[in-house]
Amino acid sequence: MSEVAKMDTKSNSSSASWVTRLPKFTLSNWAPLVALLVLVVLSAMASEHFLIPRNLTNVLRQVSYTGIIALGMTFVIIAGGIDLSVGSMVALVGVLVIMLLNYMGDGWMAVTVSIAAAMAMGAAFGAVNGLLTTKGKITAFVATLATMSIFRSLTLYISDAGEMVSQNNHYPDIGGGYWMGIPIPVWLFIGLAFVGHIILRHTAFGRHVCAVGSNPKVATYSAINVKRVYFLTFVIVGFTVGLSAVMLSSRLNSVSPGDAGLFYELDAIAAVVIGGTSLAGGKGTLWGTVIGAIILGIINNMLNLMGVSPYLQGTVKGLVILIAVLMQFKRDR
Amino acid sequence: MSLPEPILSLEKISKSFSGVQVLHAISVQVNAGEVMGILGENGAGKSTLLKIISGIYQRSSGQVLVAGEAVEITSPSDAKALGIAMIPQEFNLIASLSVFENIFLGQELKGRLLLNKKAMRQRTHQLLNLLETQLSPDALIEELSVAEKQMVEIAKALVNEARILIMDEPTTVLTSQEVEVLFKLIDKLKAQGVTILFISHKLKEVKQLCDRLIILRDGELISVVQVSEINEQDMARKMVGRELNQVFPPRSQVQSKVALKVENLAVKNLLSNISFEVRQGEVLGFAGLIGSGRTETAEAIMGLRRRQTGDIYVQQQAVQIHNIKDAVKYGLAYLSEDRQGCGLTMNFNLPENISLISLNNYSKGFINHAQTREKAQQYVRKFDIKAASLDTELLYLSGGNQQKVYLSKWMDTQPQVLILDEPTRGVDVNTKKEIYHFVQSMTEQGLAVVVISSDMEELIGLAHRVLVMREGQIQGELRDQDINEQQIMFLAAGLQSQAAPLSTTLQENHQ
Repeated sequence: MSEVAKMDTKSNSSSASWVTRLPKFTLSNWAPLVALLVLVVLSAMASEHFLIPRNLTNVLRQVSYTGIIALGMTFVIIAGGIDLSVGSMVALVGVLVIMLLNYMGDGWMAVTVSIAAAMAMGAAFGAVNGLLTTKGKITAFVATLATMSIFRSLTLYISDAGEMVSQNNHYPDIGGGYWMGIPIPVWLFIGLAFVGHIILRHTAFGRHVCAVGSNPKVATYSAINVKRVYFLTFVIVGFTVGLSAVMLSSRLNSVSPGDAGLFYELDAIAAVVIGGTSLAGGKGTLWGTVIGAIILGIINNMLNLMGVSPYLQGTVKGLVILIAVLMQFKRDR
Repeated sequence: MSLPEPILSLEKISKSFSGVQVLHAISVQVNAGEVMGILGENGAGKSTLLKIISGIYQRSSGQVLVAGEAVEITSPSDAKALGIAMIPQEFNLIASLSVFENIFLGQELKGRLLLNKKAMRQRTHQLLNLLETQLSPDALIEELSVAEKQMVEIAKALVNEARILIMDEPTTVLTSQEVEVLFKLIDKLKAQGVTILFISHKLKEVKQLCDRLIILRDGELISVVQVSEINEQDMARKMVGRELNQVFPPRSQVQSKVALKVENLAVKNLLSNISFEVRQGEVLGFAGLIGSGRTETAEAIMGLRRRQTGDIYVQQQAVQIHNIKDAVKYGLAYLSEDRQGCGLTMNFNLPENISLISLNNYSKGFINHAQTREKAQQYVRKFDIKAASLDTELLYLSGGNQQKVYLSKWMDTQPQVLILDEPTRGVDVNTKKEIYHFVQSMTEQGLAVVVISSDMEELIGLAHRVLVMREGQIQGELRDQDINEQQIMFLAAGLQSQAAPLSTTLQENHQ
């Protein structure tokens, strides 16, 4: 604060500093949180079941599968990209993990190796997207649209379109387990959000991600290896997809290749956008994404509790995304 | 002799961009059927004036009269309706379509339901005949030469019965034979009563082609003269004629050590045979017209462009620069002319921008935010940067303060050679002065500075030596008292020098 004061005496506007900073905080940074709080209050009033701990942990668990991916997606979107392939990638990694697990047999060893393999496979599939966009110079939208189709079709081919069931007795303890009364996927979600926040805000790489997304040309002229940064964001989202695949498949102890991860890309992108990250790139926060994911989860939960037709839930989700984006545009004006 | 009726009258046209006035009450009358040349340095206001006439910009005040009637030109289609057409420097043609399809693009002739291709072909054929070219209406644009594309642009203007044709440096893309063809064509159009506004940097062409001349400088109308009453030297003098004021500090003492040496640098289709050196404490100026290769030279040195040939030495050591990271490592710094497009991350605050290149100095795994803020604060004090706080996004700073942040950003890499590309463009006079004094104080400390500038006053006031570039080559070198605006203009425009002999390293034969 002392340096701010010093500058103010220089520019003769001692009162301008906190006044100019205030709207920035109220509008762009706090809007998602305010929205979440309002939603929680409204939900608690609308349904007596909402605040029951069991319901809350369920909502959070449900949120964490796409939420984990949304964290990785935040990096991609801040860097100015998009990844449509994450949903198909979840299914592919899920199927491959269960195949590996069944091949290795029972025991914790098999589980450990499989989880490590899932993270590696996710990162590798992300790297494919990264190479297509950087080396292949294909726009992220088109490249990941293509791999979305490829990953899904490979999943169906490998599994022969049949449900893959794990034979390992320990595996369900991962996604279905609790620690201190909170589901393990939720811990992972929060933990990853924290790590992601540190990377984005407190490392050179995170700063470079923002710079690349804000203006790639400026980043190039600032001696940043733009392609490397862009590539790595796809590896990061792939890695989070790998973890999400483990959580999802271990919770259900199976993967159904046609349905697993279906429309996850939409939920993940929606969470990022609702959390205040600009689709134009350049700025965003992981905490916003966490809040965005939870907002989506609560809306789904409330619609269920209130008995709204599941067919209408997509409409509500779509409207929420539109409102979030419109608010962003307003802010930018 | 009765006065011919003016086809186009400009009355006190002024224009400002975000508070900066770029045109000051320009009043000119252009007669029907004359070729009016428009001369001025880069930034003198030529393009702005023409863009107002062709509806791309809106004037801030004043009045435009076409054939005696006051008109509002709020869009290019308004201009078209009034018979005003512009032949842009970058052609607006669709490569995959044919000549006639391009000419009638957006105004296709239709039958009852379908396009009337026959009529369009016929009309195109007539136009091309009028222009005396052998082009076929069905030829594809992508198969045409640059000169032929220009012909199509002209035909496109004529199909709308343009009465006023604006040509923005049409000859820069043409060979000398093609220029002759173009000039014949202009004479022909003139005979048919078409008025032509002709912008060129080539004084010789202007002299040869135009009837009258408008000379602009710093957004003001300097004079309107009959071409027959002025020679090329006077044109150059009128374009640049300014008194130097006291904004420039005394020059530093040049040291003997060479800080940067470049040998035989070449970039495909853009640069050839660029060799020069800068010593510690020296300010080396680069002059030349837009597109003469000055920025490209800097970018090639910094590893931002692929070099065909070229050896670079920093402090007498040969260095391999493959990308800009290498350049930074060896102590080279480059401030682009495009501050917003290439220089600064507009939604980053001051410390984030200043530490972006030198971030590794502040980060052992994690960024030491306190340290970046402290360093930014030092630069704020050193350069007197005016910002509400360190957390202000760059977007909200004035051009001059942005430029100071940009300078801080590169000074934080501790460079040995600082390349400044148009360092004072869009910057107010006071900040200009501060930047000049900063350059002087850094050269005192042994920094070598390269200044690329279209502001000749700046080069004359700052530089120990000036290299003038033209068409991707170094056209000549000026030292000490030889550095003056006429000399620079002559070299930049490819004219023979009239005054003292030059220590020219490369002399391109111009005629």
